[in-house]
Amino acid sequence: MNINLTLIGQSITFLFFVLFCMKAVWPALLSVMQAREQKIAKGLENAEKADKDLELAKQEAGKKLTEAKSQAATLVEQANKRASQIVDEAKAQAQMEAERIKTAAQAEVDRQVSQAREELRGKVSALAIAGAEKILGSSVDANAHNAMLDKLAAEL
Amino acid sequence: MASENLTPTAYIQHHLQNLAYGKLPAGYERADGTVVSQDMWTLAHTSKEASDMGFWCLHLDTLGWGVVLGTIFSLFFWRTAKKATAGQPTGVQSFIELLVEFIDTTVKGTFHHANKMVAPMGLTIFVWVFLMNLMDLVPVDWLPVAAAKISGNDHLFFKVVPTTDPNATLGMAFTVFALMIFFSIQKKGAIGFLKELTLHPFHSGKIYIDIFLIPINFVLETIALVSKPVSLGLRLFGNMYAGEMIFILIAIMFGAGAILGIFAGALQWGWAVFHILVITIQAFVFMVLTTVYMAMAHDTHEDH
Repeated sequence: MNINLTLIGQSITFLFFVLFCMKAVWPALLSVMQAREQKIAKGLENAEKADKDLELAKQEAGKKLTEAKSQAATLVEQANKRASQIVDEAKAQAQMEAERIKTAAQAEVDRQVSQAREELRGKVSALAIAGAEKILGSSVDANAHNAMLDKLAAEL
Repeated sequence: MASENLTPTAYIQHHLQNLAYGKLPAGYERADGTVVSQDMWTLAHTSKEASDMGFWCLHLDTLGWGVVLGTIFSLFFWRTAKKATAGQPTGVQSFIELLVEFIDTTVKGTFHHANKMVAPMGLTIFVWVFLMNLMDLVPVDWLPVAAAKISGNDHLFFKVVPTTDPNATLGMAFTVFALMIFFSIQKKGAIGFLKELTLHPFHSGKIYIDIFLIPINFVLETIALVSKPVSLGLRLFGNMYAGEMIFILIAIMFGAGAILGIFAGALQWGWAVFHILVITIQAFVFMVLTTVYMAMAHDTHEDH
């Protein structure tokens, strides 16, 4: 246990190892560790960003969905409206058609009635003459009694 | 025990002597009776020869194991650093990074200046001192006996724990001390450094009083300054030396019969487990104190 040259030898060895560690070991290891730290920090940041993006996209999708829904509702409403309008129109047209057909029929009926009446009228005067002839036993001069016959027919 | 004919005292003494290679002066009478004809560098055969070599003596075992363990540390870390990737780390890299992270955090907690040397020095000290201390856990006779067998010299001195040699611990401590003074002067200038030594802790601000205070301050501060490396080195040495001593004492018991031998085995196991804590703590303490001293050297406005 003497203090001797070993002390200086150990000092030199110590300095040598410290310098080696300082030059070749420490910076390399530390730079690697720092690089990883940055990598991880960046990764975490990206993940957070992605999370936010996802949230935003979800919101956007929700908004789009609501919009589409309301649009669809509007469309359906419009279609319903249009359909009822068409139905109404068709109803009105049908009614008008019916009215027209009814009117036409009425007119036809009227025409036929008046025609029948006219026919009847003609026939009545002939019948009246024939009846009168039979009663009188002689022919009635139609021309002589035309005025009376017309009057009779007009009364029918 | 190393050999059966040794007395316990001789056994202990043998275990406490380093493998010394040094200069014997001309005319020195060696242990075997031969007289050295001229100055010669040689291995010491006895403790007396080693101490008679004086300053010009190298402890080959201390330096050798120090270099071997330091090289293991350096190469292992260097290889890992070269292969390290910023991606997912593998097992070895994770372990190394854990250590680096630990040292970095510890150093950053005490040392708040820009210096590229302090953190790597902390890592080197922690791992290297830990490895040197770890040699203490190798049963005390294994490596010395192996070395004696390999060299063919039964009386070869061989201490495998460099930190039980005060030369090793004080060598590191005085290097730290030299760095302290270097950084102090670099940071504050020679004048600033002298002011720190002379104007603290007593300072009145009046020149005619300060003149009397300066010598007192200088003595106090110098003692405080010099005691730092001495305590740093001796603390580590003392802890390791005491631990080693107990291992040696336990080892003596192995030669004292079967029952005591088994008891010694249990004791050795217990002490080794406890020692795992000690060697780690001592390595950590050495590192932290070094960092603290470096921080002190960098602090410009020191308030007492």
